[in-house]
Amino acid sequence: MKVIYTDSLVIGGGMAGLRVAIASMERGYDTIVLSLVPAKRSHSAAAQGGMQASLAASVKGEGDNEDVHFEDTVKGSDWGCDQQVARMFVNTSPKAIRQLATWGVPWSRVRKGDRQVVINNKRVTITEKNECHGLITARDFGGTKKWRTCYTSDGTGHTMLYAMGNRAVELGIQVHERKEAIALIHDDGVCHGAIVRDLITGELIAYVSKATTIATGGYGRIYSVSTNAVISEGIGTAIALETGIACLGNMEAVQFHPTAIVPVGILMTEGCRGDGGLLRDKDGHRFMPDYEPDKKELASRDVVSRRMTEHMRKGKGVHSRYGDHLWLDITMLGREHIEKNLREVREICEYFLGIDPVKDYMPVRPTQHYSMGGIRTKPTGESPTLKGLFSAGEAACWDMHGFNRLGGNSVAETTVAGMIVGEYVADYCGQNSPSISTKLVEKFLKREQKKISDLLERDTGENPYEIRNEMQKIMMDKVGIFRNGPDLEKAVEELKVLNQRAKNIVVRNKISSSNPELVDAIRVGKMIKLAQCVAYGAMLRTESRGAHSREDFPERNDKEWLKKTLTYWRSEDDDLPEVEYEPLDISKMEMPPGSRGYGVDNTIPNPETEKRMAEIEEIKKAHPDADRFEIQQLLNPIDLPEKFKGKNERIGRGFK
Amino acid sequence: MSDQEEKGRTLKISVLRFNPQVKGDMPRMQTYELTEAPGMTLFIALNDIRENIDPTLQFDFVCRAGICGSCAMVINGKPSLACRTLTSTFPDGEIKLLPLPGFELIGDLSINSGKFMQEMNERVESWIHDKNMNNVDLTRIEERMDPDVADEIYELERCVECGCCVAACGTKQMRPNFLGAVGLVRLARYALDPRDKRTDEEFYEIVGNDDGVFGCMTLLGCEDYCPKDLPLQTQIAYLRRKMAFVK
Repeated sequence: MKVIYTDSLVIGGGMAGLRVAIASMERGYDTIVLSLVPAKRSHSAAAQGGMQASLAASVKGEGDNEDVHFEDTVKGSDWGCDQQVARMFVNTSPKAIRQLATWGVPWSRVRKGDRQVVINNKRVTITEKNECHGLITARDFGGTKKWRTCYTSDGTGHTMLYAMGNRAVELGIQVHERKEAIALIHDDGVCHGAIVRDLITGELIAYVSKATTIATGGYGRIYSVSTNAVISEGIGTAIALETGIACLGNMEAVQFHPTAIVPVGILMTEGCRGDGGLLRDKDGHRFMPDYEPDKKELASRDVVSRRMTEHMRKGKGVHSRYGDHLWLDITMLGREHIEKNLREVREICEYFLGIDPVKDYMPVRPTQHYSMGGIRTKPTGESPTLKGLFSAGEAACWDMHGFNRLGGNSVAETTVAGMIVGEYVADYCGQNSPSISTKLVEKFLKREQKKISDLLERDTGENPYEIRNEMQKIMMDKVGIFRNGPDLEKAVEELKVLNQRAKNIVVRNKISSSNPELVDAIRVGKMIKLAQCVAYGAMLRTESRGAHSREDFPERNDKEWLKKTLTYWRSEDDDLPEVEYEPLDISKMEMPPGSRGYGVDNTIPNPETEKRMAEIEEIKKAHPDADRFEIQQLLNPIDLPEKFKGKNERIGRGFK
Repeated sequence: MSDQEEKGRTLKISVLRFNPQVKGDMPRMQTYELTEAPGMTLFIALNDIRENIDPTLQFDFVCRAGICGSCAMVINGKPSLACRTLTSTFPDGEIKLLPLPGFELIGDLSINSGKFMQEMNERVESWIHDKNMNNVDLTRIEERMDPDVADEIYELERCVECGCCVAACGTKQMRPNFLGAVGLVRLARYALDPRDKRTDEEFYEIVGNDDGVFGCMTLLGCEDYCPKDLPLQTQIAYLRRKMAFVK
């Protein structure tokens, strides 16, 4: 039995995982990161567009601060987020970006003087102030009041991941590459590490730890067409679910990005529209202003994706052998801008489509992009039900995104959550010295070993790829952008059958070492459980909120559905998750539910909302001299690690 | 559209097969035939083979969008990223795939480039060196940087550590310890960055020898095959000039 001991075990080598690892290492705890691939190849690298932080250095960001970022984030979430967590996030994001600047990210900077930008299809000159020259600049993104998305050209994720990866190398953090955690070790409601398969030798290793953090990203690959990397299969999320004790939150909240290219589903950054790009239909008509006269192409992603689908359903899509699509037009931005700020876009067009976006329109349609749901955590990042298990980044439902994430808030979450949760992970390591029996470790190791030998020894059964493809098709056809009761019921029933069939998978390749088919066979059963949490949660949620859009229940129902879906998988024999709901408490909201200002507003209000509004007014009246920070603490008190509590300075405004 | 076009031509994909994990396995070429689909990339083709013809075939893809650098391999003699290689670019439909040379082989087309890059990063100390870095007050406005300098650093930071430059390097074939363009350009990136306080003398200690910048024979296969079109030739020349004046 091979056992490796450490204080802080981090599963996942993307930005969230690396940032948690850096935090626990800096606090002096032995730290190991497990990664399916070399850490710098993680899906974080694919984030092109940018990171939201209210630095307010660019002239179009003037007046921005944490409060405005908070408002945008809560509206974006369609009031589905945890406002306490959203506050922790917006207050820390400026620090995160400034820290990354010291670690080497070459953030694009403000250049003083006039520059030409495209706003609403018109060339406009804006003038950057002299005193802001050389500070970190920002671009426009969907669903934001200010230009707040900081970036490095269009390789933001790449430069952030490399800075983080290099920092980890500097600190001597061990990254164990090509290792896959396939089960968590736990006992009596406490997590003690993971059973890990070496993807080269096939060996099973027990990693025993004080704190275990899952940062394995999203579960986009349960859909057949996704912008996600091929490794974004949600396995970390699934092994938490399989404990039967940890729960997942809001799994039905799945985001479709408006602009992925057809047919391969590769993302074209929101920066295309942020910088002035337009959506056009088969007649070349710019249709978004017809639906969203105010935000147009830059409404939140859930809204733009739905409007595009609506428009294609009216027969306005461009027909192709891969189905209908629309056009993304960035030709008005000009060659210089595209080759500098949207170069990856140009490269992808050249290699995958054989077109030049300087002259040609890009074929796009909404495509699965982001998993708002994930491992439910407390604001500290720890599971509320399984002690010692933490989660951060897309894998987690922390939950600052609610039912729709804003562009630029995901890479921001990975670093900010990594910083905050990393401190709590370190605290946990300092406060706990669990005793773990060898017997317990052996029990889990043997259980996983047996599952794999059974798989390898089985002679007849199901093909893992067929099962996976069927699952992906069910999700695509029946649990997509627009959802309805009958389709969701069918999806749930079909997934139940698939879940049974997955117990009888057979592999043709019988070797136990490096074996890609075996890897897929191990994963597919786990992915089906996640898919079922999504489908079942969506079936039960009889309202529309953010990215969850029910044709048979088009209203956002604050009266009955202001709550988070929690799913548990209690037993291996189950075909359905157990569902609980965690209420979102209006009486504690800094910003009670209201209109988003884009999309259709047909909310069924909750009577508590008015009460809370009045209460907020009273609190404000009772404290006429309080500044915005004091008001925030009165309305939405948050706790942050000591080192992140300070106010953020901005040019021309100081710490106000 | 004609039936023939709809059905697609037959591709012949030959792959070097070898699994060092299996005792007694010997390297051999194996040819797979499959029907080409419109817009097919090697990512789609190889997965098609694995799912429908041969589940034992090993290869690596992550982003499948030319961003992460996982899938470099030798494609008809040239090191390149497989994910963004369209099968339609081969007029006779015959494609020969070999694992990238110069790296530890995991199996078939899968190589351990992560291990190589980790060593490279440690060797050039691929991070900002600044004693005061940990004392920076994160609540305060960040240090300013000239916008042009930030853009220039980003130009060199675009490297995705795919390994194509190492595979295409003649010097590397002769000198196993040669740092390669990936390491040299990384060092140049930090030498350019005003946040990194290392002196030229300190950079010299890392690359001022025959395994570093003076070993380069300027064959420049690196420049020819860099999938990100990094200015490797210019940077190596710049670094050499800079280092030549140190001692």
